[in-house]
Amino acid sequence: MYDTIIIGAGMSGLAAGIRLAHFDQRVCILERHYTIGGLNSFYRMGGRDYDVGLHAMTNFARKGDKRGPLAKLIRQLRFGWEDFKLAEQIGSSIRFPDVSLDFTNDIELLESEIASRFPDQIDGFRTLCGSLLDYSDMDGGSPEFMRSAREVLAEHLSEPLLIEMLLCPLMWYGNAREDDMDFGQFCIMFRACYLEGFGRPYKGVRVILKNLVRKFRGLGGELKLRHGVSRIHVEDGRAVGVVLDDGTQIEGKRILSSAGNIETMRMCDDITTPEVARAGKLSFIESISVLDRDPKELGFDRTIVFYNDSDKFHWRRPDDTLCDARTGVICSPNNYIYDSDEGELPDGVVRITTLANHDRWCELPENKYLAEKVTQYDAAVASAVRFMPDFRSNVVATDVFTPKTIRRFTFHDNGAVYGAPEKQLDGCTHLPNLYLCGTDQGFVGIVGAIVSGISMANRHCLMDS
Amino acid sequence: MTPAEIRDEIIDILEDISPDEDLDGLDDQKPFRDQLELDSMDFLDIVMELRKRHRVQIPEEDYGNLASMHSTVTYLEPKMKDI
Repeated sequence: MYDTIIIGAGMSGLAAGIRLAHFDQRVCILERHYTIGGLNSFYRMGGRDYDVGLHAMTNFARKGDKRGPLAKLIRQLRFGWEDFKLAEQIGSSIRFPDVSLDFTNDIELLESEIASRFPDQIDGFRTLCGSLLDYSDMDGGSPEFMRSAREVLAEHLSEPLLIEMLLCPLMWYGNAREDDMDFGQFCIMFRACYLEGFGRPYKGVRVILKNLVRKFRGLGGELKLRHGVSRIHVEDGRAVGVVLDDGTQIEGKRILSSAGNIETMRMCDDITTPEVARAGKLSFIESISVLDRDPKELGFDRTIVFYNDSDKFHWRRPDDTLCDARTGVICSPNNYIYDSDEGELPDGVVRITTLANHDRWCELPENKYLAEKVTQYDAAVASAVRFMPDFRSNVVATDVFTPKTIRRFTFHDNGAVYGAPEKQLDGCTHLPNLYLCGTDQGFVGIVGAIVSGISMANRHCLMDS
Repeated sequence: MTPAEIRDEIIDILEDISPDEDLDGLDDQKPFRDQLELDSMDFLDIVMELRKRHRVQIPEEDYGNLASMHSTVTYLEPKMKDI
């Protein structure tokens, strides 16, 4: 009998596991996939390391900073700064057809960029910054939280193009809703991306995951890969345990699930048809190019470029096509300021993320699926090189992952990267001892997911034990 | 534990929770919140660490007693005198 069973060995499940194991709970993390990380994972192919998910860690903080989500999670998990050792971004850009805004981890650059490109908007931008909700207002209690971000933006800014440009990176990095964003989510992402900024560990997401697993196991936690949960067994209105894909039963006093809201409901054997809680629809493909040189040698020093090829930013699942490359994110892990003792990454890499339709990708027969990966890679790169130097003659290796890949790693419906648009901020479900953590609880991104795991473990699994 | 030992133990817990914090100049009479970057999650950790290390149970309605070092030690003294 475990004190807590955690479903999913992604960032949130591992973080929750550390908290509970640190306070002497018997805790077990069950993961269906053969590897850890969920959406944020990694693999090795052709002698090279690849990351899934992580472009950048948002919520950058420097050693010694005591405020903000990154400092909080390091304290809560009893890590040191060196365990995450984030290198700061060189600089990122928002590129639309005739205007570009640069930003770094210091908000002053974005402010001066707006002051020079949109001089009559800078006062509005400052009042917008002043009206942002604080992290302490993010439990959903604030009436402002559920307002439309577009509506709030229009109260401060009169230039529609600037509104689209500001929304573009924030939606790309953490908006499960199509077209618009909850203002609370906007504030979280605004702080995470513009006020705190981007960083990356030299060795990528694997460092973070390996540290989490090492800490969890060191505290006596059990991690079982290839242990998919098929059902949550319910008796007299309480969860009493889980049944694995192979039929094995495991008992627990409580269950914390990162499988997603609707996905978790479907597992409960007291629910025949999961109601409402629509699953998210937004999924991506990522086109990865390994280059024969550092992208900086081709004149590209941007850490992240968020591009959009018209004045209107379309944040929607493409309904009639496999992909929509009108907007995308270009990321180069080379373009961080790594410590001199770490040096530069072994390969030049450009990763391009564009919108994709999960169902259409999953319908493809295998040979067509493989052919489309090539076609859609070409389309994504052709779209992106309008906003960066053309690197196509320098490519030595490529890989593509699709919504189908994301689903295989996460088992989330629709390969939805940021989960369902309606978040369950308190993490509660219809059962008194079954709770949610991860993307469908609230915060997204790596730091957000870890904070989600910590806060749900604290609130539901530690307080009452 | 004597009050002085309890104080040392709280300092040890605070160092564990927040290793970068300078605790040498801590004023026992002033609230922790005014001197250290502690939020509600950190206060929960003080409670949890006391439970983990010494099996001391602190009900939620008593959390207010942990505002300053002085009030914390005063509150814990009867609970920890036999440890």
